[in-house]
Amino acid sequence: MNKLSENDGPVLEIDKLSISFFTRLREIPAVMDFSVSVQPGEAVGLVGESGCGKSTVALGVMQDLGKNGRIVGGSIKFKGRDLAEMSAEELRDIRGNEIAMIYQEPMASLNPAMKIGRQLMEVPMIHEGVSEKLAYDRALEVVTDVRLPDPERMLNSYPHQLSGGQQQRIVIAMALMSKPSLLILDEPTTALDVTVEAAVVELVRDLGKKYGTSMLFISHNLGLILETCDRLCVMYSGEAVERGSIADVFDEMQHPYTQALFRSIPLPGADKNAHPLVAIPGNFPLPHERPEGCNFGPRCDYFEPGRCDQGQIDMADVAGNDRHATRCLRYQEIDWNAPITVGAQTEKTEPGDVVLKIDNLKKYYEVAANALFGGGTKKVVKANETLSFEARESETLAIVGESGCGKSTFAKVLMGLETATEGEILLDGQNIEQTAIEDRNTRTVSDVQMVFQNPFDTLNPSMTVGRQIIRALEIFDIGDSDQDRKQRMLELLDLVKLPRAFADRMPRQLSGGQKQRVGIARAFSGGARIVVADEPVSALDVSVQAAVTDLLMEIQRTEKTTLLFISHDLSIVRYLSDRVMVMYLGHVVELGDTDQVFSPPYHPYTEALLSAVPIADTSIEKEHIVLEGDIPSAMNPPSGCPFQTRCRWKGEVPGGLCDSEVPPTRTLEAGHQIKCHLSDEVLQRMQPVIKIAAE
Amino acid sequence: MGLFILRRVGIMILTALCLTFVVFFMTNLYPNLEKLAKTQGNFRMSDEAVASWLEKGGYLQSTPKKYLEWVGLAPSYQHQAEDGTVTGRCITPGMKPEDAPRFCGILQGYWGYSSVFKDEVSSIIATRLSLTGILMFWVMLVMVPSALILGVLAGMKEGSATDRTLSTVAITTTATPEYVSGVLFIAIFSSSAVGLKWFKGTATSAMESPNLENFLLPVVTIALYGMGYIARMTRASMTEVMTAQYIRTARLKGVSFPNIVLKHALRNALIAPFTVIMLQFPWLLNGVVIVETLFNYKGFGWTLVQAAGNNDIELLLGVSVVSVLVVLITQLISDIGYVFLNPRIRIS
Amino acid sequence: MDPLSWTGKIAFLDPILFIALGLLGLSVLVWIVLSAVLPENRAINVAGGSASLSSGPRELTALAVKAAFLATTAVIAAYLVLGVIMGTGAGIIGAIAQQFISVWIALVLLFTLSITFKRRLGLYGKLFDSPIGMIGFALVMFWVFTGFFGAMDMIITHDPLTQLSGLKNKVPGTPLRSPEEGDFHWYLLGGDNLARDVFSRMVKGAWEVVKIAPLATLFAFMVGITLGLPAGYFGGKLDTFLSFLANLILAFPVILLFYLLVTPEIVLTGLPQYMAIVLFAFPLIFFYVLINSRFRTQPKKNFLWLAIVLLPLLILYLMVINDPGSKVDILPVVLDWIDIPGGILVVFVSVVFVNSPTVFRIVRGLALDIRTRDYVAAAQTRGERPWYIMLWEVLPNARGPLIVDFCLRIGYTTILLGTLGFFGLGLPPESPDWGSTINEGRKLLSIYLHPALPPAFALLSMVLGLNLLADGLREESLKD
Repeated sequence: MNKLSENDGPVLEIDKLSISFFTRLREIPAVMDFSVSVQPGEAVGLVGESGCGKSTVALGVMQDLGKNGRIVGGSIKFKGRDLAEMSAEELRDIRGNEIAMIYQEPMASLNPAMKIGRQLMEVPMIHEGVSEKLAYDRALEVVTDVRLPDPERMLNSYPHQLSGGQQQRIVIAMALMSKPSLLILDEPTTALDVTVEAAVVELVRDLGKKYGTSMLFISHNLGLILETCDRLCVMYSGEAVERGSIADVFDEMQHPYTQALFRSIPLPGADKNAHPLVAIPGNFPLPHERPEGCNFGPRCDYFEPGRCDQGQIDMADVAGNDRHATRCLRYQEIDWNAPITVGAQTEKTEPGDVVLKIDNLKKYYEVAANALFGGGTKKVVKANETLSFEARESETLAIVGESGCGKSTFAKVLMGLETATEGEILLDGQNIEQTAIEDRNTRTVSDVQMVFQNPFDTLNPSMTVGRQIIRALEIFDIGDSDQDRKQRMLELLDLVKLPRAFADRMPRQLSGGQKQRVGIARAFSGGARIVVADEPVSALDVSVQAAVTDLLMEIQRTEKTTLLFISHDLSIVRYLSDRVMVMYLGHVVELGDTDQVFSPPYHPYTEALLSAVPIADTSIEKEHIVLEGDIPSAMNPPSGCPFQTRCRWKGEVPGGLCDSEVPPTRTLEAGHQIKCHLSDEVLQRMQPVIKIAAE
Repeated sequence: MGLFILRRVGIMILTALCLTFVVFFMTNLYPNLEKLAKTQGNFRMSDEAVASWLEKGGYLQSTPKKYLEWVGLAPSYQHQAEDGTVTGRCITPGMKPEDAPRFCGILQGYWGYSSVFKDEVSSIIATRLSLTGILMFWVMLVMVPSALILGVLAGMKEGSATDRTLSTVAITTTATPEYVSGVLFIAIFSSSAVGLKWFKGTATSAMESPNLENFLLPVVTIALYGMGYIARMTRASMTEVMTAQYIRTARLKGVSFPNIVLKHALRNALIAPFTVIMLQFPWLLNGVVIVETLFNYKGFGWTLVQAAGNNDIELLLGVSVVSVLVVLITQLISDIGYVFLNPRIRIS
Repeated sequence: MDPLSWTGKIAFLDPILFIALGLLGLSVLVWIVLSAVLPENRAINVAGGSASLSSGPRELTALAVKAAFLATTAVIAAYLVLGVIMGTGAGIIGAIAQQFISVWIALVLLFTLSITFKRRLGLYGKLFDSPIGMIGFALVMFWVFTGFFGAMDMIITHDPLTQLSGLKNKVPGTPLRSPEEGDFHWYLLGGDNLARDVFSRMVKGAWEVVKIAPLATLFAFMVGITLGLPAGYFGGKLDTFLSFLANLILAFPVILLFYLLVTPEIVLTGLPQYMAIVLFAFPLIFFYVLINSRFRTQPKKNFLWLAIVLLPLLILYLMVINDPGSKVDILPVVLDWIDIPGGILVVFVSVVFVNSPTVFRIVRGLALDIRTRDYVAAAQTRGERPWYIMLWEVLPNARGPLIVDFCLRIGYTTILLGTLGFFGLGLPPESPDWGSTINEGRKLLSIYLHPALPPAFALLSMVLGLNLLADGLREESLKD
């Protein structure tokens, strides 16, 4: 099959597109009046919070909206031809051949019962009718291009035999098999670890250049868009609100929503005490409850009644910039450079006494080597190796690491869901490492509580919010009567700034951020002194993240809680933590004050991690460090230093020490520990990864 | 893989032992034995006569001992009458007690003697099982392909007209047990009241020469009930697969709809129904018993009814051993097949 | 008296019904063909007016199917309404419709009430959004009401056990030879081979199912839940052991088990009663754990609730398992108010026994899935005991699939009871249950159809209703 003839215009031109989903009750508009165009070789980012319709746009381009979705207005032109007018056959020729798509979940988008080679070869075989031999050669070539080791073995394996990062590379390879003109990437890295994500992003960027492919990159992460795209389009509640080049939108934003978005993400320089984040007030409107006029109106600082809440608002071009448009009536009146009205600044609280002391903690698991067929040899998985640290009252200690680093295992041991293999956990000087939760007294249990990651999973779906909090109070022996506990429950709702009426609601009636607040209220119901927050905001939308983070900080300040903040997101860690502990494969590789960890000398892993985190700030210059390969499995860790397989400094250590010995923990300066073989002078040579470019 | 099969076989033997012991225990409860004695002797036996009859047959030993004898792990019971003649399980008529083997149980290949049919249990089971085998062969041949086709067609496009119609058909057949559908079929196709008389209402002649006229109704009766169930499972599995992300990937790769179904969806969608088909066997046996009774086809199911109705202990035990083994072997096949169909498990 | 014809004076409806049915069949056929041939439409360009999905030939045929279906339903309703009014004047159909008047009233009441308050009734209310579910529910409730009213001798026309001379194997609508004062004058659905009224036996048969099937299924669920939750939640050796036991029972051919268990000899040994002691204890255990885990931290409330719930249950339990003169005779006769005949008990116990392993497997699977949720982890971290987590955190969230399976399982139990009747196991020989009646009727099937068909259709429609109900529930519970 031949490709469509080239034309000079844009590869993709979406004009005033509207898409609706039809349910039995009503029509739900998902995308309204959306226009964007992608020029040849250009990468356009589509950014917005969940539910804003960005994925629907992608599916609309693919003409794959399912049974209930329909394009109700506007047009999508691909190389000058309207996709909606194509027949099913024509469309099939375009899909996979001219437009390819990459999704969020690599595992789910590969057929589990088909060998990878077959899935790749299928593409040219359908579209170009090439022979199997040729298709195989092409597959081999593309797999080599996506930098996968041992391509022939890859082609001959099934998807589940590959790691997440490898799977995503295969999905990318599949998309590139027939050299499409347009590549749509729908949150391609959300399911991946940060360091793997960085490598995949770099790959996409390089291949896009190599193949000359235009890209439509969908993401909620502004930093990622900055790193990959030339232009971007910000979406809010089904509409494009701002469109323009990266430089224009990032530095000269012309829409209040874009501005609010940037103010609610932790950029370097934000600080929980001096420069707190500014959360966007209110909630995202549901599709059938959108306000009149400007959708963002009710949450906007510049809202003008009688003007912003009337009629339809169209995109307006911003004069002087290249194809820069905004959907705001007042963009010319607003002083975009006005300093942020800084939120309530607070005093830095001084950490108090040591509450929690972990000494040489080890946690090993025994697992059967072969899960299905059972029996046979047992393997020891070292989930935590010699953890030692202290946490003080009203201090925030961040535990940073990617999947498999052992942070969740540590949380389990601390909570008493598992008992330690070796070492000590001292809570107020008392050993609790061997006391399972059933044997702990009520005081100890209520002292150490946890906030969970997934807001949609943290509350029991079949119990009212109030009941769940009251149950926690009952268990913690708080209050003498039901009346008493009910009162206390309402006070807890006040504490997390939820209306008291929420007590009678079911969790499904709450938004993600509200659920997370209930989770926090529940954790603090017994007057917890140590709270383990396991990625409490990572599943939330950017604008909600800031509010929930602030809430946590505020409660911590008033209750003098010790917060153990588990996260993989270094931006937020830098924003809120006092001290940081970096973990890799069960080892603590670095521990120190936030400033110590975020400035050289680094542990090589911390360095790579810092470089991997995308930062949505054009004035930041990052040193580019891309780690090879994936995180090794904890079942089968490398010999010697756990990080040696991916370390770029390995050559600086003489005598192959990294391969043979686990490095000792060294203290560099006051309280800054690092687990590395590198000599002091090498460490001193390290340059900061993140530099703020001179203005 | 070898180790896996070995473990499964081990569990299977353990299950078979447990189940046969349960059957053994229940058939050997005293009221059952009493009934046996009375049917074998005469119905007006006194309690003492019953006791002595049972004593003579070795029925009054402890159940575990009798069980071991039956399995062939304990020397079998011999009874010495007052006149010195020795009788026992292992001593067939005309054999001298001294020549008789000490052990005679399942392990030695001796399945016992049927008190109803007056024949060796092993030979009864062999002939009856082969008759049922023919029936089951045709049932599977009709049921499995039609169920799979029905399910795949229905699940291919959820909510479509084909789906709605086929699902209604499938639900109706699962709601119709064999004794209802069998009766309906006989009423419609073979009774003189309706007058169609296309097929025969009995399958007795099918034991010698099965043909469409005498065999179709019993086969369809069994197949129909199982078919609905398998078709619904296939449909559920197919609809689930069709909404999977990788089907969307295939669609957006430009694969045509027939190819999506055949190359991408089918294999993944068949994993679940395959297990279901294999686990259907215990239920199919139900259908076999009903249909063989209804159509008077003297196969394995019919034998089961006869043996159970007359407390023919040895025959009943033989029948249970065979049916339990059939069930367990199909379970084993289902496990292995599951592993085979599902590469995620195969290579781990 | 003249014999009754099928439709009597309302025979004019017959051609209309045939036309409606013909149209229904035709429209379904066209619908299938069209949806297979026509491509799917992807876009609607609204030129003016509101956009909706109902346009094009595909939607039109779907509409036609709906119309034909409604027409058929309307004609059938007309038969029933006219029948209720005209009684025997409208032939057998009319007479039967009139006999069922109490059931119609109950059904209409139930549906009006339910539909009026459906928004406040949770999942049950949502059922009335799904046509399939409503049809299923109507079928099920029809037989449930028939069972109840039949048990109160309301619907039947004759005693199901009385044999009237001259009515042996007589066709439907045959008048009684010498009716006495107050007797109903016809055998509406004819007489069976012992000259008993087929119609009355069918109605009485409904009660046999309604009194055993739901209760037995409920007990099977208690057993399955009480064992399946810990197996799934704890895993490990307990799970291996319980799963082995469950597989053991599942590997046992059901029919063989019934032949071994449901015999008078086994009843004599007291084995069913011992099994009853074990199986009936599960509800006690279930409720004890349920209450105790909930109020563990408040001893006073705990005792109160335990006493309120457990004492009556315990007394009930003792009365049920106790049977004077049998092997289990612990209560004095004065206190033993409930007496279950051995035959019924053994049927009940066996049905529970056969069903519980399947329920066990379902519950175990659900527990395995739900225990990985964060809210379970949250409960663990606040120090909840395992049973609280299992019963109050896991079980309520597994209710959707369990309710669906409950409906299906009642249907399956109904089939099982029919099988037992078919083989003459457990129930007394003259029992009017559907299975036995089908079995008796089949012997003369090649000459007389009428004794076997009514119970066959009754069983079919009830199980079909349960299946449709389960489907409707599944669909609606997935919509959340």
